[in-house]
Amino acid sequence: MRFLLVEDNPELSASVVDRLSLDGHAVDAARDLSAAEDYLASTDYDLILLDIMLPDGDGRDFLTRHRRDNRRTPVIVVTARSEISDRVGVLDLGADDYITKPFDFSELQARCRAVLRRHDGNARNEKQVGDASLDLLAGTLSVAGIPKPLRNRELRLAEVFFAAPERIFSKSHLMDRLFSYDEDVSENAIEVYVGRLRKKLEGGNVQIETVRGLGYRLVAEV
Amino acid sequence: MQDNILAASTTSIAEAVRAERNTLGLELPYAALSMLGAISDDRVFYRVAQNGLTLTGYDDLPIDVSDEAEILFKTEAFRSAVIRSATLTRKISVDGRLNDVTVTVAQTREGLGEISARISLIALLVGLGFFVLAVSLSAFATGRTLRPLDVLANAVSRRGPSDLRPVKAEAPTEIVPLVTALNRFIERLETSLTRSEDFIAEAAHRVRTPLATVRAQAEIALRRVERPENKTALRQMIRAVDESSRSAGQLLDHAMVTFRADHMEFDTVDLSALVADTVERLAPLGDLKDISLRLGTMPSNAMLKCDPILIQNALRNIIDNAIKYSPGDSDIDIALTADDAHYTITVRDEGIGFSDMKTSELARRFSRGPNVGEIVGSGLGLTICKEVAIAHGGTLEMKDNPGRGGCVSLVLPH
Ligand SMILES: Nc1ncnc2c1ncn2[C@@H]1O[C@H](COP(=O)(O)OP(=O)(O)OP(=O)(O)O)[C@@H](O)[C@H]1O
Ligand SMILES: [Mg+2]
Repeated sequence: MRFLLVEDNPELSASVVDRLSLDGHAVDAARDLSAAEDYLASTDYDLILLDIMLPDGDGRDFLTRHRRDNRRTPVIVVTARSEISDRVGVLDLGADDYITKPFDFSELQARCRAVLRRHDGNARNEKQVGDASLDLLAGTLSVAGIPKPLRNRELRLAEVFFAAPERIFSKSHLMDRLFSYDEDVSENAIEVYVGRLRKKLEGGNVQIETVRGLGYRLVAEV
Repeated sequence: MQDNILAASTTSIAEAVRAERNTLGLELPYAALSMLGAISDDRVFYRVAQNGLTLTGYDDLPIDVSDEAEILFKTEAFRSAVIRSATLTRKISVDGRLNDVTVTVAQTREGLGEISARISLIALLVGLGFFVLAVSLSAFATGRTLRPLDVLANAVSRRGPSDLRPVKAEAPTEIVPLVTALNRFIERLETSLTRSEDFIAEAAHRVRTPLATVRAQAEIALRRVERPENKTALRQMIRAVDESSRSAGQLLDHAMVTFRADHMEFDTVDLSALVADTVERLAPLGDLKDISLRLGTMPSNAMLKCDPILIQNALRNIIDNAIKYSPGDSDIDIALTADDAHYTITVRDEGIGFSDMKTSELARRFSRGPNVGEIVGSGLGLTICKEVAIAHGGTLEMKDNPGRGGCVSLVLPH
């Protein structure tokens, strides 16, 4: 997925780019509205993350123009204002969702996913490994043609594995991707989720292998 | 970091300068300066000048005139120290003449290294928390001053809350001065209301943007560090950020809710749609813990005269609690039911419920239950819900499900 981030605070912007790239997204960062327009004129984006107070104007005006020009790219507004004090609701202006600063990256990720899922009609985003294919937006896995619905954490775990088949992921890496920082879970919790995902993968030629002392990896039998 | 705070205090001082008859008046917002003091031991200087002449503050502090609405930052020498200063100029008209009011706030350069800046950040957050509290309270207080008005003039009490036009009623001569005074008061009130609402929005922005940066970087760092003690330290840091931003957010919301509840402005809305929207927006938060929010069947034409912003905020707090105080991998059921006299929004979760808590006490300000453990919160959520219920003539009920979990209902008469 290709994201456009419009945020004037350079540190915050860098962190968001950093984190979203980790999830496999390509992110362009615009410092202000005019840079955002330039980016939008040259590339198509799947999602725009828009700050409200920008050096060269109000993000809400941008949003209004964006919708008036019938551009369909979904927009998530990133706001530091108190939700109630915002007199003109950004949702009424055509935003698909909003998130309040400071935010949890997992929450940002979850909101992006929800918006993309709601929005996306035709473009599929599928990853195929062996005879298993993972549909990131619908949140479904199909194994040898049979659909298997996934819960959110199973989906996130599957995402990690499907993004890099054969690569070994340590338990602690998986922990960081699956749980938010404040959930006090032991590394055994990962085993539970790996176990569930293994169940879902049954009946196909793809497996999650335990690599002793190192972690897990996804492999397809040939 | 330092610049952000300098900017915040400069702005709030500049906001406090206002024209009074034929001079300028200033009530220095000390909270604005004490914010700076909270960062470190660095010394703070300020100066407010009218057309280059000092009104208050340090006479010898160098000033420059900045562009309107642009904050000018400078690093320079002053009293044998290096200071960082922020200057903002506002044009204020007094008696028809434009005056340049220049506000400069300066602080000796952060002498300590980055490490100590990080540590003092925590102290700063607490300072900012109080700053926000002060702002909210002042907004709240402004709201309260409307009350005597209601008693004073019946004509005014019949008005909608946002109707701040002058009173034009025919008045017997002896009351004319009163009406004039009233109108002048209304005028001033309008200015101060707009100002405090804008100020709250601005304050939230200034507080939350740096918090967002700190949080984002800490989260990234958390992924990079290996040693458990570093991870623990970073987790604590994120927690502190979350605590203070949650408190700031809830305080602001609470101030706004109180304000709106005092000046109810009713709209007729479709309650089913409102509930469905709110649930859809919160679904991603549930997703994070593998909790599904399930919407029960809804009455088809549930129209209610209410303040939708208030209802939405209350419902958000109830569902937010259900998510926070439930284990992962569970379900939350949200239902809207109607009888002859009431609409009832019910939220049931599969958490531990309220069994051994005094439910009436949980709705008190800042009160949190014994079950909170490490869960971040400010203890204002249910207070907000209860105030919203009361403002609509309704009630908030907390009890346990017959099986397991808590059940919170917002009952609204129609
Ligand atoms: N669904 C629930 N199940 C169990 N306990 C609950 C539930 N909802 C609220 N509580 C208890 O009631 C207390 C008060 O809730 P309230 O929403 O006012 O504060 P909070 O959630 O702690 O903080 P915040 O203001 O951030 O929401 C909580 O601390 C918790 O102990
Ligand atoms: Mg709460």
